[in-house]
Amino acid sequence: MKSDRIFGLVTLLVALGYFASATQIQTSFLSDPVGPKAFPMLVAGVAGICALVMIFKPDPDPTWPSLGTFGALAIAVVVLVCYAYSLKPLGFLLPTAVTAGILSYQISGRAKVSALAGVGLSVGLFCLFKFALGLGLVAFPKGLVG
Amino acid sequence: MEIIDNLALGFSIALSPYTLMLAIAGCFLGTIIGALPGLGPSNGVAILIPLTFTMGLDATAALVLMTSVYYGAMYGGRISSILLNIPGDEPALMTTLDGYPMAKQGRAGDALVLSGVASFVGAFLATVGLMLLAPMLARVAYLFGPAEYFALYLLAFCTLGGMASNNQAKAALASCIGLGIAMIGVDNSSGLPRLTGGNLHLMDGIDFLVAIVGLFAIAEVFFFIESHGKASSIGVKLEKVTIPWKDIMATKWTMLRASGVGFVAGILPGAGASLGSFLAYMTEKSVAGKDGGFGTGVPKGIAAPEAGNNAAAGGALVPMLTLGVPGSGTTAVLLALLMTLNITPGPTLFTDRPEVVWGLIASLLIANIVLLLMNVPMVKIFVRILTVPPWVLLPGVTMISFVGIYSLSGSYFDLLLMIAFGVLGYVLRKLDIPTVPVILGILLGGNMENALRRAMVLSDGDPMFLFSTPIAIGLWLAAIAGFVAPMFLRNLLKKPQAVTD
Repeated sequence: MKSDRIFGLVTLLVALGYFASATQIQTSFLSDPVGPKAFPMLVAGVAGICALVMIFKPDPDPTWPSLGTFGALAIAVVVLVCYAYSLKPLGFLLPTAVTAGILSYQISGRAKVSALAGVGLSVGLFCLFKFALGLGLVAFPKGLVG
Repeated sequence: MEIIDNLALGFSIALSPYTLMLAIAGCFLGTIIGALPGLGPSNGVAILIPLTFTMGLDATAALVLMTSVYYGAMYGGRISSILLNIPGDEPALMTTLDGYPMAKQGRAGDALVLSGVASFVGAFLATVGLMLLAPMLARVAYLFGPAEYFALYLLAFCTLGGMASNNQAKAALASCIGLGIAMIGVDNSSGLPRLTGGNLHLMDGIDFLVAIVGLFAIAEVFFFIESHGKASSIGVKLEKVTIPWKDIMATKWTMLRASGVGFVAGILPGAGASLGSFLAYMTEKSVAGKDGGFGTGVPKGIAAPEAGNNAAAGGALVPMLTLGVPGSGTTAVLLALLMTLNITPGPTLFTDRPEVVWGLIASLLIANIVLLLMNVPMVKIFVRILTVPPWVLLPGVTMISFVGIYSLSGSYFDLLLMIAFGVLGYVLRKLDIPTVPVILGILLGGNMENALRRAMVLSDGDPMFLFSTPIAIGLWLAAIAGFVAPMFLRNLLKKPQAVTD
């Protein structure tokens, strides 16, 4: 009940915001009868109606994970974001090993095997991409190898 | 005979050693992808698209590879359904109903072979059907103007929402999310940016591949972190594999009927393979009556959904190739592949690029035979692969997704966007909001808006133009029926729940 209502409310706000920004779309002087505004406004309108339905006729709540699991998920997201930023400056091998290791630990809960999985995946995938598929990956940061 | 000429052209392309090799590799890879719990046809094909793109394959080769993966994943899905009671994807849910009980009776090998044969029959008949029906539909599709296309897109969203979800509002909302995302970027006809919030990265719009990989692959990782990969130990031993001729002969009519039902369900735009396997199972259940023993591990209960599922996979290619409207989640992903390769599906594809279409059809036939040969004697190898622990598999999938998306554009903005879509996918699936309409919306949003605007230009702004031809009116009625009917049928056609231990 509650989850659907909250999500519906958030969607309603997003739909309103979307509608408002759709009204701000610039139209060129040579426009067709519909123009660039109408369709986004239509979509926002339908989304708003759906959100209202969700608020007033919510489904039973799903089973949400415990707070600790949410923490784990948040950590996973943070790790992935860091990975996205570090892929270019740090090369492929190091960030991949660390990220894969952390994700693996979060799934299995065993440190030693996860570290092995991380290193193995990093090296294995690097060989696969670089030599079998011919993608231009950089193994180490440029500064290290010179 | 036009078809024979066309097929000859197709086979001349598909039988070249290189293409054949790609088809076999695709089948092998696809079966693995389908068999691994947590990787279904949609996310398997999704993470492979960026890689095929960067490998620089030409259009036909890429298409052959990916459709082999698609068919292979459809075959592979049954392995985890039968042995683990975990459907690899939604259409495979029906196979668990009888497959898992049969495996628990010590007949896992029989169940796997029987379902492999049923898959072959379904997919083979559907490919023949595709061959006969697609060129005809392509001719009809020439009659489609912008008004008809607009109604057709609407029909796809309505049937997809109606059938695929338990709640119409949530399905419609998912479509709106997709359509809303598709609007971001430079407007085609005026050339001015829309809804980008001044962000330069968003000027080109959001790449559908980023969304697909995020929603399907990254979201899956979050689910595994939540469950700690618990649900993936093999509970059933696989003994010697023999061919159960008796069961195969006993289910031959079931397979034929189920293939027919599945194919028709697959053709309906937006309905797809889940509906195909569901209807095939339910039809056979009612044909067999109360004494049929459906749900206790009878051969017919395995043959019907597998034949239906694979026939629907073939049937779903018909609207995808002729009209550019995908019939299921995975064909939506294949449509994304076509768009990446700069091929516009539609009636003109059959006249302008016959080598693509018929090469594809020929390689589907070949892939099917390869898959049958691969899946019956080699099933033990695939079962071995199932023992790959999720704590290696899921990080691996994540890394492949990152490299794939990164190699497309080389920008970390796309990677961040992909993570965001992963989070969105997790929340949506938690709330029982289907994610396939989101993908469909992103893929078709631009076309749908263009169809509407072109229709309005033609009619000088008269909205009645949208209902001006019989085809358009028919499509509108079908769309409304497809959206409304499931609300009343839901109690009647209740989805059977998965068997629990």
